[in-house]
Amino acid sequence: MQLTLWTYEGPPHIGAMRVATAMRDLHYVLHAPQGDTYADLLFTMIERRDRRPPVTYTTFQARDLGGDTAELFKTAAREAYERFRPTAMIVGASCTAELIQDDPGGLARTLGLPIPVVALELPAYQKKENWGAAETFYRLVRGLAGGAPVVPPRAAGRAPTCNILGPTALGFRHRDDVAEISALLRKMGIEVSIVAPLGASPADLVKLGEADFNVVLYPEIALPAAQWLERKFGRPYTRTVPIGRLATAEFVAEVAALAGVDPALGQGGDAARSEWYAKSVDSGYLTGKRVFVFGDATHAIAAARIAAEEIGFDVVGLGTYSREFARETRAAAQRYGIEALITDDYLDVEAAIAAAQPELVLGTQMERHIAKRLGVPCAVISAPVHVQDFPARYSPQMGHEGANVLFDTWIHPLMMGLEEHLLAMFREDFEFNDRAAPSHLGAKAAPTESAAKLVASAVPPQTATSDAILAWASEAELELKKIPFFVRGKARRNCETYARERGVRLITVETLYDAKAHFSR
Amino acid sequence: MTPETREVQVLRERGQREVFCGLTGIVWLHRKIQDAFFLVVGSRTCAHLVQSAAGVMIFAEPRFATAIIDERDLAGLADANEELDRVVGRLLERRSDIKMLFLVGSCPSEVIKLDLGRAAQRLSRIHSPRVRVLNYSGSGIETTFTQGEDACLAALLPEMSASDAKELLVVGALADVVEDQFRRLFARLGVGPVRFLPPRQSGELPGVGPGTRFILAQPFLADTVVALERRGATRIAAPFPLGVEGTTGWFQAAAAAWGKAPEDVARELAPEIARAKTALAPKAAALAGKTIFFFPDSQLEIPLARFLARETGMRPLEIGTPYLHRALLSEELPLLPADALLSEGQDVERQLDRLRAARPDLTVCGLGLANPLEAEGLATKWSIELLFAPIHGFDQAADLAELFRRPLERRRRLAA
Ligand code: SF4
Ligand code: SF4
Repeated sequence: MQLTLWTYEGPPHIGAMRVATAMRDLHYVLHAPQGDTYADLLFTMIERRDRRPPVTYTTFQARDLGGDTAELFKTAAREAYERFRPTAMIVGASCTAELIQDDPGGLARTLGLPIPVVALELPAYQKKENWGAAETFYRLVRGLAGGAPVVPPRAAGRAPTCNILGPTALGFRHRDDVAEISALLRKMGIEVSIVAPLGASPADLVKLGEADFNVVLYPEIALPAAQWLERKFGRPYTRTVPIGRLATAEFVAEVAALAGVDPALGQGGDAARSEWYAKSVDSGYLTGKRVFVFGDATHAIAAARIAAEEIGFDVVGLGTYSREFARETRAAAQRYGIEALITDDYLDVEAAIAAAQPELVLGTQMERHIAKRLGVPCAVISAPVHVQDFPARYSPQMGHEGANVLFDTWIHPLMMGLEEHLLAMFREDFEFNDRAAPSHLGAKAAPTESAAKLVASAVPPQTATSDAILAWASEAELELKKIPFFVRGKARRNCETYARERGVRLITVETLYDAKAHFSR
Repeated sequence: MTPETREVQVLRERGQREVFCGLTGIVWLHRKIQDAFFLVVGSRTCAHLVQSAAGVMIFAEPRFATAIIDERDLAGLADANEELDRVVGRLLERRSDIKMLFLVGSCPSEVIKLDLGRAAQRLSRIHSPRVRVLNYSGSGIETTFTQGEDACLAALLPEMSASDAKELLVVGALADVVEDQFRRLFARLGVGPVRFLPPRQSGELPGVGPGTRFILAQPFLADTVVALERRGATRIAAPFPLGVEGTTGWFQAAAAAWGKAPEDVARELAPEIARAKTALAPKAAALAGKTIFFFPDSQLEIPLARFLARETGMRPLEIGTPYLHRALLSEELPLLPADALLSEGQDVERQLDRLRAARPDLTVCGLGLANPLEAEGLATKWSIELLFAPIHGFDQAADLAELFRRPLERRRRLAA
């Protein structure tokens, strides 16, 4: 049993719904109690879809349990077929139905429906949403394309072709990423045959083996399918996820090699502004800002790299809730000399952020809550997200325009460079108190009492244990208060590290300035 | 009891339901009882439901969480009860402000027959006197949406001490502002002492006994009614305090139980009624003649349809309700317009067929259906808001009408 305040991912059948809802002409019959129909609102409210997800729930009740829940499932599947006339169907169970073991796949087979029916086994007490999406997509691709003939790759003289794999419903900026990357590929003279699951029909999936190679946009979702397509049809797939300026350049090189085209065709040109923006002098204040990164593995790893190599931040925390990609995340964290945080426990993430005392948090909607309470600016880089993270405007995370978008959205919550200096110089000014927020953001909740308490309670014991006797002299505390709040955390931390390393037990004003001198090398 | 109870024709449906389960009640209950915490014992689905239903509404740290059952618990590798004790320990350590903890059962906990009643007793012993631990079921196989509140209140009953005092007990979670208004009005009418269930603090639980006269503020509390009656309390039959007419009838019924003459009560309520009617008039004008269709959701549908039909002139075409408790609605049913179809239960696809055929001016439905229906050109009002907004009482009658007017007004403004 795990105590969970907020969950980063839904159960695996939500992943299946993300695939089904993304596609056309597919229907999902889900053996589940009535409350599970809440899932519809994820798509219709959060993503503002204009259609109900193509899902029929059996909504069995306690009184059905003694009787025939299996019959209920068969009726639901039959009626769903008659009403919606899909060209393929997926069937499965949610957590409760898994316990009553009705075998939706077997039941559906007895109906003899004239369409392919793919049965899903999604262990709800073991796996989660992204795994469920990946497994569903893989099963669908295998089930539908499994019988397709292996065709030889591209004939000479024909334009290279590829599929784009991974985008789903409810995906963080998937719609815009697909548009951005499709345009990039086309600019390079590569034809995009099929995008799947987003917008694909079962008939499209049958033909997935025909394109020359596959672009894996979201490995969390598309990797098993792409690996199978490689085994079955000998079609390679891309390893680079084009988030950020550098990764986009590498992606262009990788794709160019796979397609046999000139990589120069994929350069950003005038549209690639983030590099110059980062290099321009007014961005100097971004140097070494402490940033904490948490999200799904793909977005978190990419964000950390951009933070470090494209913007010049210090990455002080990197973590993911995607256990499936723990190895990759650990490897990435090593590059920044830190230990990766692999957890789906919101409380652990909260404690880690409080302890790291970052100046910027890049996370999910959960980290936005944490950051808000700590009074630290935050930008959202990964699912799970809220309705406001499905913006009306074009706002990709990938490709050249994606790099621009990331630069803007991450920088926006921060205090501008000159403003930061003014605050430091005139800290006694009555308007420049602790509650001052970046002026372009208007009045905003500044760190509060509860934030302080949270820091106190959330700092994991090990930071204190090594020498619990470390104390602050009261003048030193006062001096610390004169430092603007958004760098105070860093200052406090530096002082304590400095004192600990030297066995100093009482931090005085002198220690504070010694530490300042030491760290400003 | 109204003597001329009209025979109500009801369409009974059984098929796919598009309604939340009782866990959803946590979203408002955890705000209402300020020192209570709700711990769902369930699956990741349950956690995801509560967090999705709460959505953007939770700004502070929520007083709810889920103990997610995993495969180790199912395979018997871990003792589920020990695991639960550990989770509760961690939780209470973190939240020293919590005085009452509800273990909320779910479909998975019920299907694997985890005995939360026993667990609650055990945990109460461990954590007494600091925390009282209670339990109820919010599972989707047992409860629909607002029935979760019913189950929660019924679970409070054994905690209520025996009392012989003659007291009025108002049952059903109300917005704090409404509660305060009601308290003032009862004082003016000379009715009291008045107690509320649920209370704002777990320590303020009212007593109950043969002297207790209780009146429902919400229609979905059938189990709580049974539990109260078992303790000797008597229900005051009344319409629900939605709209001017319903609120008047509600206060009249309570006052009658205190032996007040109807004319005196009417005189006392007259200024409230007048003010409420003035505020309501312009909203009602905008709604008059418009048709409305209710999907079954909160069980508030019948009193709402009565209010809209009789006080704003709207025309209910179909009034869906997940359950029809005739006894509790005895004062409401006769007031419904005769030509409205009353449906109980749901087969969502068939109901959508009826909706598309009827094409009402306004559809009241759950969050999953609202945007798709809007995209089909049908104006909608999400029903969950009716549980989160103060809608009861005289001074909220106009606000209640406004909830229905706004979607129509938006359409008008955005039409051009
Ligand atoms: S219907 Fe059952 S399984 Fe689903 S969220 Fe509600 S209690 Fe949990
Ligand atoms: S809108 Fe912001 S503060 Fe509100 S719930 Fe969502 S992330 Fe949290």
